[in-house]
Amino acid sequence: MRKRVTASIWLFVVLLFLYAPILVLAVYSFTEATMIGQVRGFSLQNYVTLFTNEDLVSIITGTFGLAFVVSVLSTILGTLGAIGAFYSRKRYRLAYDLANQIPVVNADVVTGFSICILLIVFFGMDKNTYIPLVIGQMALCTPFVYLSVLPRLKQMDPRLYEAALDLGCTPRQALQKVVFREVLPGMISGFMTAIMLSLDDYFIATYTKPAVFDTISTYVVNATKGSQTEIKTALWALSTVIFVVIAVAVVISNLAGRDKASEEGNR
Amino acid sequence: MAFTRKQLGIPYALFLLIFVVLPLLVVLYYAFTNGSGQFTFENFAQFFTNGKALGTLLYSFVIALITTGLCLLIAYPTAYFLAKGRIPHGAAWLLIIVLPMWINFTLRLTAMKEILSFLEGNLAYHPFLNTIIGMTYDFLPFMVLPLYNTMEKMDHQLIDAARDLGASDAVVIRRVMIPLSMPGIVSGVTMVFLPAMTNYVVLDMMYNSTYIMGSLIGSYFSAYNWHDGSMISTVLLLLIGLLSWISKKAGADTEEGGAIL
Repeated sequence: MRKRVTASIWLFVVLLFLYAPILVLAVYSFTEATMIGQVRGFSLQNYVTLFTNEDLVSIITGTFGLAFVVSVLSTILGTLGAIGAFYSRKRYRLAYDLANQIPVVNADVVTGFSICILLIVFFGMDKNTYIPLVIGQMALCTPFVYLSVLPRLKQMDPRLYEAALDLGCTPRQALQKVVFREVLPGMISGFMTAIMLSLDDYFIATYTKPAVFDTISTYVVNATKGSQTEIKTALWALSTVIFVVIAVAVVISNLAGRDKASEEGNR
Repeated sequence: MAFTRKQLGIPYALFLLIFVVLPLLVVLYYAFTNGSGQFTFENFAQFFTNGKALGTLLYSFVIALITTGLCLLIAYPTAYFLAKGRIPHGAAWLLIIVLPMWINFTLRLTAMKEILSFLEGNLAYHPFLNTIIGMTYDFLPFMVLPLYNTMEKMDHQLIDAARDLGASDAVVIRRVMIPLSMPGIVSGVTMVFLPAMTNYVVLDMMYNSTYIMGSLIGSYFSAYNWHDGSMISTVLLLLIGLLSWISKKAGADTEEGGAIL
C-alpha cells in the first residue's frame, strides 16, 4: 500500500512538471493578461488574433502543409526502402541499415548544416524553391518510417507472398495485396512520427528555409527575442489549441484501437 | 526486365547516398580545406588551441551531462512504477507522459519560460539553472519511453527472487534492476545526451546567450564561414560516432527507435 502511494505521488509530481506550464498558459490564454501572475478579465482576443493575424495564419498553415507533404513523401520513400532492403542480400541490407541510422543518431544541427552545405553552397540550389527544406526534413523523417516498417516485414509470414504468386498474382499484385497490407500499421506509425518530427523541427528549417517563409519553430524563436506582446500571447492560444487537438486525437485513436481489439477478441 | 522486390529500395538507396552520405563527405571536404580549396589541418588546429572554443566544448558537455543525469533520475522510477504495475493503466499514463512531445518544443519552452519568469522574477537571475530546467523539461519524455519499453519486457520475478534470497533494496537495484534495464538506459542516454549538447535553442530561449557546441555551427553559419562550421560539425560527428559505438557495445534497444507513439 505504502509503495503504491509513493508511486502515485511520484507520478503526480512528474506530470505536474510536464503539464503545469502548458495548463497555466492555457488558462492565461483566455484572459487579457500579458504575463503570468497578472489578474485580468476573461477575453478571447488571443484566439481572434491567432486566426486573423495574417502572419500567424500563414505560418500555421505553412508549417502543417510542409509537415504533411514531407511526411507523405517520407512514408512512400521509407516504406519502399524498407521493403527493398528487407529482400536484398545481407551485405546490402546492412548498408541500408547503417546509412539509415546516420540521421537518427546525428545531431539535427549537423544534419541541417550538412544538407545546406551540399544543396545551397555546393550545388548552388535556390532556397526559395522550398526543395532544400523538403529534402532536409525528408532526410530527418524517412529513417524513422524505415525503422517502423522493417519490424512488420520481419513479423510477416514469408510464405504469404509466395502463396499469392502461386495463386496467380503478378509480383506487383502480390506486393499490393499482401505486403503493403501487412506493413500498413508500420507505415501509419512511421507517418505519425514523421509529422511529429517535421512539426518539431527547428534546425533543418532554419538552415534550409526560404527567407520569407517561417515555420512555427523558427517564428517562435525569433518572436520571443522581441517584445511584441500581442503575438506573444497569441502564441499561448496556439499552444493551447495544439494541445487540445492532440489530446482529443489520442483519446479517439485509443478508443478506436480498443474497439478494434475487442472486436478481434470476440471473433 | 523482371520486376523484383529488391528494386523497390533503389529510390531510397539513392536518396540515402545523395542526401545523407554525400552531405557528410562535403562537410569533411570543407572541414579539411581553406578558403582557396587547399588541404589543411588549420581549422582543427585553431579550434583545439583556442581556450574559448575548448571552454564551449567543456560547457556543452557539462550541460548535457547534468541534463542527462537529471532526466535519468526522474525517468527511471517513473518508467519502473508504470511498467511494474504499481500504478493501474500504466500504458495509458505513459501515453500522457509522452503526449507533450507532440507540442512544438519552442512553444513548450515558451510556456516554461513564462512560469520561470513568474517564479524567479527575472530569468537573468538564474541562467544556468533555467537552462538545465528547460533542457530537462524538453527531453524527459525521450528518456521515459525507452526505459519503459525495456522494463516492460523485464522479468520482474527476478527482482522478487533476489529479495527472497535476502538481497537488500540497494543490492537489488544495483545488481539486478540496473543490469536488466541497461539497454533502455543506454538508448535513453543517447537520445538525450547529444541533443542536450547541441540544442542551442533551449539555451537561447532560457538563457538569452549562446555558448554551446550547436551554437558555434549556428554562428559560423550566419557568418558564411563554411569551413569552420564544417570543422565543428566534424568534431560533433566524431563524438556521435563514438557515442553510437559505445551504445552499440552496451546493447542499446535500437528496435524501438521508430515507434514513438
